[in-house]
Amino acid sequence: MSENIVDKVTQGEYKYGFVTDIETDVIQKGLSEDIVRLISKKKEEPEWLLEYRLKAYRHWLSLKEPRWAHLNIPEIDYQNIYYYAAPKKKESPKNLEEVDPELLKTFDKLGIPLEEQKHLSGMAVDAVMDSISVKTTYKENLAELGIIFCSISEAVKNYPDLVKSYLGSVVPYTDNFYAALNSAVFSDGSFVYIPKGVRCPMELSTYFRINAANTGQFERTLIIADDDSYVSYLEGCTAPMRDENQLHAAIVELVVHDRAEIKYSTVQNWYPGDKDGKGGIYNFVTKRALCKGVSSKISWTQVETGSAITWKYPSCVLLGDNSVGEFYSVAVTNNFQQADTGTKMIHIGKNTRSHIVSKGISAGKSQNSYRGLVKVSPKATGARNFSQCDSLLLGDQCGAHTFPYMEINNDTAIVEHEATTSKISEDQIFYCNQRGISTEDAVGLIVNGYAKEVINKLPMEFAVEAQNLLQVSLEGSVG
Amino acid sequence: MAVNAEQSYIEIYNEFQKTLCAKSAPLLNQYREEAFRAFKSAGFPSRRLESHKYTDLTDAFAVNYGMNLNRIEYTINSSDLIKCEVQGINSYLFFIVNDTFYCPASSQTEMEELRSKGVLIGSLNEYASSHPELVGQYYNKIVHADEEATVAFNTTFAQDGFFLYVPENVRLEKPIQIISVMHASMPTLANARNLIVLKENSEARVLVCAHTMEDVEFMSNRVTEVYVDRNAVYDHYKLENTHSKSSAVSSLTIRQMQGSNVLVNDLTLHNGLTRNTVTIDLTEEHCETLLCGMAVGDGKQHVDNTTHINHLAPNCKSNEMYKYVMDDESTGAFSGKIYVAPHAQKTEAYQVNRNVCMKSTAKMYTKPQLEIYADDVKCSHGASTGQMDDNALFYLRSRGIPEAEAKMLLMFAFVNDVLENVRISALKDKIKILVEKRFRGELSKCSGCNVCR
Repeated sequence: MSENIVDKVTQGEYKYGFVTDIETDVIQKGLSEDIVRLISKKKEEPEWLLEYRLKAYRHWLSLKEPRWAHLNIPEIDYQNIYYYAAPKKKESPKNLEEVDPELLKTFDKLGIPLEEQKHLSGMAVDAVMDSISVKTTYKENLAELGIIFCSISEAVKNYPDLVKSYLGSVVPYTDNFYAALNSAVFSDGSFVYIPKGVRCPMELSTYFRINAANTGQFERTLIIADDDSYVSYLEGCTAPMRDENQLHAAIVELVVHDRAEIKYSTVQNWYPGDKDGKGGIYNFVTKRALCKGVSSKISWTQVETGSAITWKYPSCVLLGDNSVGEFYSVAVTNNFQQADTGTKMIHIGKNTRSHIVSKGISAGKSQNSYRGLVKVSPKATGARNFSQCDSLLLGDQCGAHTFPYMEINNDTAIVEHEATTSKISEDQIFYCNQRGISTEDAVGLIVNGYAKEVINKLPMEFAVEAQNLLQVSLEGSVG
Repeated sequence: MAVNAEQSYIEIYNEFQKTLCAKSAPLLNQYREEAFRAFKSAGFPSRRLESHKYTDLTDAFAVNYGMNLNRIEYTINSSDLIKCEVQGINSYLFFIVNDTFYCPASSQTEMEELRSKGVLIGSLNEYASSHPELVGQYYNKIVHADEEATVAFNTTFAQDGFFLYVPENVRLEKPIQIISVMHASMPTLANARNLIVLKENSEARVLVCAHTMEDVEFMSNRVTEVYVDRNAVYDHYKLENTHSKSSAVSSLTIRQMQGSNVLVNDLTLHNGLTRNTVTIDLTEEHCETLLCGMAVGDGKQHVDNTTHINHLAPNCKSNEMYKYVMDDESTGAFSGKIYVAPHAQKTEAYQVNRNVCMKSTAKMYTKPQLEIYADDVKCSHGASTGQMDDNALFYLRSRGIPEAEAKMLLMFAFVNDVLENVRISALKDKIKILVEKRFRGELSKCSGCNVCR
């Protein structure tokens, strides 16, 4: 009986696989200085940004791919990737009728609230299709409050000083291999600026989609929360079914000033490959937040269910005194998926606090690792950290691993770490069966209960989607 | 020499290879070439290696050490040595001076007593010459030169050490105490190589006390291989009490067979730079392992304990506990990995690491790791780093206990969990006294050492 469940659970296939047929404007495969120049030219970028890209590209050439993660990464041919693809620019659409109906249909399938009726759901959506922003809603409403929410290429044009002073300030292009790659070829992404004292009245949301075959997507997100402001930002992803592996190397930079707060939530459900481990997205993301001001706060929440390979460590640099960093994560791996994810909490300011809750669920033949660093610098008096990472194993061929690092250079720090690994017990299943709940539902119930602590941290709209995702990724035909 | 330590040792090997081989048993020579190649390609481990992220050994080996490749005999004054023991324990007492096994006159009768039981004990080099089949079955079989450069280095240069063979059904009640002393008038490097074999249903306890005599720089690169056969019971206690100029690198590798029981307790009181690597393979069902250790650091001491517990068979249990108290500018590092192989179901593996930093200049790095490939297991690890509980301190002081004394009490209570895991009560009491003395700053290492006079 229970073997059946495991089979069903582990053989679940990706439900969101479809390909949208839109003409794309693609430049030739491969990466060279010319390509970097071409990308910059196509996007009509100023000179300084081109220089930045070129510096990053030259630095990237001197780097090697990182191999320390507990991942088995196949050889990636960086010359066999399209670094730029944009839906063909007819004329920039002024209303919904002008937007390509194919595109709208795709968004419909994904349930993106782009159309009028979605207006009521109170979201502002900046939809990124491949590399270029297609449509941005609610911009006017937000503009009244002085909030800037647009694509990064628009921001480069309209707010060059802001972008110039913050771009690369949290994640420099020298940071790592994928960060350098992204800095050289980044295509598009979101830019958010919340002015002093403004509390953003709605959840800002962006859907990223990878669409044209063989197109690596390199988003760049930059969010700045000025003094005493607050913003909650959602990022969600679904990608069409593909045979060939796709590379994804994004950078997210957050800057938080005095007493401001950013809540950054992610639901990631890219194509994880089929049940034989063929295909799937390679997700190599650098996410980092800088708590620059006093009493600033960062909260990362992520639900990771997709991607063939995930390499992602959303981090917090707690520079301001009394700043707070939080990290809540649910990572689900199934079939042949591999995930090496976690966080870094760098305590620099006084009385900084951080809290880490990581829940890993592995099924099938997948490998799921938590890797986290808590570092307390010599000046960070009164630093406090609590980390908890739990792993749940479904099936006897999967792996769950934890690699926490704690580097304490201050005697007033209190740092705690706890980790457990377990499986769903027969007793729990039996208890549910006894009350008339089928084993399939019981597994779903237990998994959702297990992940609840994290899912509760998500904004309402996402919590529902995240719960569904857990069902889809784990239960396959069961759910 | 300091420019490139590896290169100078490579030259030494090329030049003195003949001398080295002429003075040692053919069995030991057999593995040199292969180990030398591994060492040559790896070099001494630096911070670039994930396994040595917190302990760089390149500088430690770069000192211009002398090696006693010609096996020149030291004049050993055994009465000096004997002062160094953890005194008053009823034990079989032997010495390793640098890397040479030494049986004092007073222990000759004990040696006979052991031999009458069929226990083989003595110099590894001698036994490798006289019993090549027996030693050859075990020597260099479980350590991997290609994985650990310091092991490769040891295998390349190893000439002697300690050999213990306990035959089937023999239970040694008294512990075997080995006092390992670094003794030379100039900076010296020693590659001691120990081999311990316990056959079925046997039982033995070994206490290794590591000391240094003269106030010069020492490097001890010790490799110990232990085989624990079915249902055998083995205790390994190590007490390091050396001085700040000493560097100690040790690799202890234990292979456990079905139903065996192993206890390892690794205590570091005084040292310079220490790197202990403990690897325990649970290769058959129903093995039990208790691995614990503690370190007290002050001054510029550096203590790194790296442990690997490999659950390779179902139904095994392991428990691990390490505690550190770091003061002044000392650095502590702990890296513990629990590996559970696929099919090693019903494994129970627990790990705890607790650390106290007494000053803001003290550093503590900890890296507990779980790598689990089986689903029906109970595994957990916990790690914490903090400071003394102010409330507890206040409680004690409000009852008239001076601050220094109260701190001492709390620190002692903190490490007591580790000290409780000594299965010989007389030894436990001795160790507790030593640790207490250490906290009080009264521990002059051993009264006989030149260093502390």
